Amino acid sequence: MRDARPLVNALREPASVEALNGRQWTDLISIARAESLIGSLAHRLKPVTVPDSVRAVLQDAIEAHDLARQQALWEADCARRALADYPGKIVLMKGTAYVAGNRAAGVGRSIGDLDIMVDRKDLPVVEASLLDAGWEWVKPDPYDDQYYRDHMHELPPLIHRERDRMIDVHHTILPLTAGPTPDAAAILESAVRLDDGLYVMAPADMVLHSIAHLFADGDLAGGLRNLWDINHLLREFCGADQQFWNELGARAKVHGLGDELARALRLAASLYGTPVDQGLADRSASADSFYIRRLLARDGFGRETRKFTRFAFYVRSHWLRMPPMMLARHLWTKWRKGGKPSN
Amino acid sequence: MHRISLKIGPAAFRIASAWRQPLEQLKGLYQDYPVPTGDSVDFTVLLEPEKPWRRYIRPSVHIGGDFWLPDAAPLPLSQGLLAAEMGMNLQMALGWRRHLLLHASSVEKDGKALVMTGLSGSGKSTLSAMLAERGWRFMGDEFALLGLDSGEITAFPRLISLKNQSIEAMQKVAPANRFGPEMKATPKGDIRHLVPPANAIAKMDEPAKPALLLFPRFGHAPELRDMGKSEIFVRLTQASTNYVALGEAGFRALTRFVDQVPTKAMDYQSAEQAEELIDGLWSRLP
Repeated sequence: MRDARPLVNALREPASVEALNGRQWTDLISIARAESLIGSLAHRLKPVTVPDSVRAVLQDAIEAHDLARQQALWEADCARRALADYPGKIVLMKGTAYVAGNRAAGVGRSIGDLDIMVDRKDLPVVEASLLDAGWEWVKPDPYDDQYYRDHMHELPPLIHRERDRMIDVHHTILPLTAGPTPDAAAILESAVRLDDGLYVMAPADMVLHSIAHLFADGDLAGGLRNLWDINHLLREFCGADQQFWNELGARAKVHGLGDELARALRLAASLYGTPVDQGLADRSASADSFYIRRLLARDGFGRETRKFTRFAFYVRSHWLRMPPMMLARHLWTKWRKGGKPSN
Repeated sequence: MHRISLKIGPAAFRIASAWRQPLEQLKGLYQDYPVPTGDSVDFTVLLEPEKPWRRYIRPSVHIGGDFWLPDAAPLPLSQGLLAAEMGMNLQMALGWRRHLLLHASSVEKDGKALVMTGLSGSGKSTLSAMLAERGWRFMGDEFALLGLDSGEITAFPRLISLKNQSIEAMQKVAPANRFGPEMKATPKGDIRHLVPPANAIAKMDEPAKPALLLFPRFGHAPELRDMGKSEIFVRLTQASTNYVALGEAGFRALTRFVDQVPTKAMDYQSAEQAEELIDGLWSRLP
């Protein structure tokens, strides 16, 4: 197969890899590395018999991600200390949240930047404290800076001058210009406190943020990994409590993410075999095949394929984020500056 | 895509290329190397046109693969062999974690390894190639692989990358059939690859205990100097591509190495001078 299906099959049904030959293993490893899922795959294949040479590669991935986990937790703690005087809630997001909250989605997950969410009215205080503690602006361009502040769900990214690690400070989970307007206050209100005083989102919000991040806020780059997160979160929360489906549906209404939730459930069920609530998933599915086509657009060398599909989703990502006139103005400004249109 | 699989020391590579030429060159130069068992490899290297039309018009090779750098400059197709070698080095530098990688050359005698590290131009590569023609076993001129638990050096004897004046110097001592094509005016100057001696390839799975570490410096009057352990440690962390990525395991391996291996800074002006200094040190090893 000339797409990323071997990775999906291996994650979904680990025992199936026992039938792979050497060349198929090499393809699988390249695809998993390209999709940043090699650590998750390595953990998933722990109980399965694999050739020694492959086991060595998987063991490398496990150790690399153990270190990434430690670094992510350390970075979160650095932010906690920098914001020690800040009385509001600091909510960890994405990979760091899964790791700090001991979620299955955090096992072997690659984690890059630190993402946190705070109350929008407190942004100036938080920003000042981080600058004070050694973080610096990444984007010096005044247009970019103003664009973030006026229209985005986060501050422009900051990087720590000694540790070289990025932090994204969010005040909600989607750009302000996007269609759905999630209820940021409700997310902060119900966030769950961890032992060290940091917070993670409540289960339903955690799932919905992951879904918003996948479908309403981008071109589906890294989509297989995000969908794998969603698969884990759903299995964990719904397996423990069947009532969770009701809560998830109700919370999706609060955030205006009902369509995105339905699509996520259908795609997770289709690709990863996630058990889902049919009532929530059962809607028009005509476009699902395009999403799957995009999610699997990678060949056995780990190269991006299906350029046209990728481009279509790239355009769509901008379309979803901005009203048409604003998109035109934004792209015009970016073009005049000679840069590529960026996210 | 054309493709070839190579095993060099403990690492196996798949090299895939849009063009046949670099792989034909690799096939010739690596003909005495073993084939990876089972056809599964540790890393994939990709040599692709920088833009679709650059496959045919002024062909330009972009170096990619499982691990890659966003700002890697493309090379002309005539330097495709160099691109493949750089691609393999890149995979090791960014992805390998079964050893601590030191940017160093190494040679072996009597089961003991001499490790040489230093900045580009210090002569570590040429010295290892020279010693390999004079009774030492060549273990590698790019990376010395330090075992995290064993403390031993594992060989990584890929093609020796000769630059500028050392090409001519080596042509005087090594037979012509072991040289690859000459590549003029690459980003690293003139480059010509040399196939390591047969015993380096035959014995590449035999590790050696590190017995001496040198920081050579070419172009100064011959002299040996002691170095403080903290200076050695810091310079080796800078010479390692995966010290940080290995975390505590890397720290333990490196502190033990610095503690146990005698170390000197060595100035020299010719291979003969260097060999004399090295022989003197080697004969006095415990």
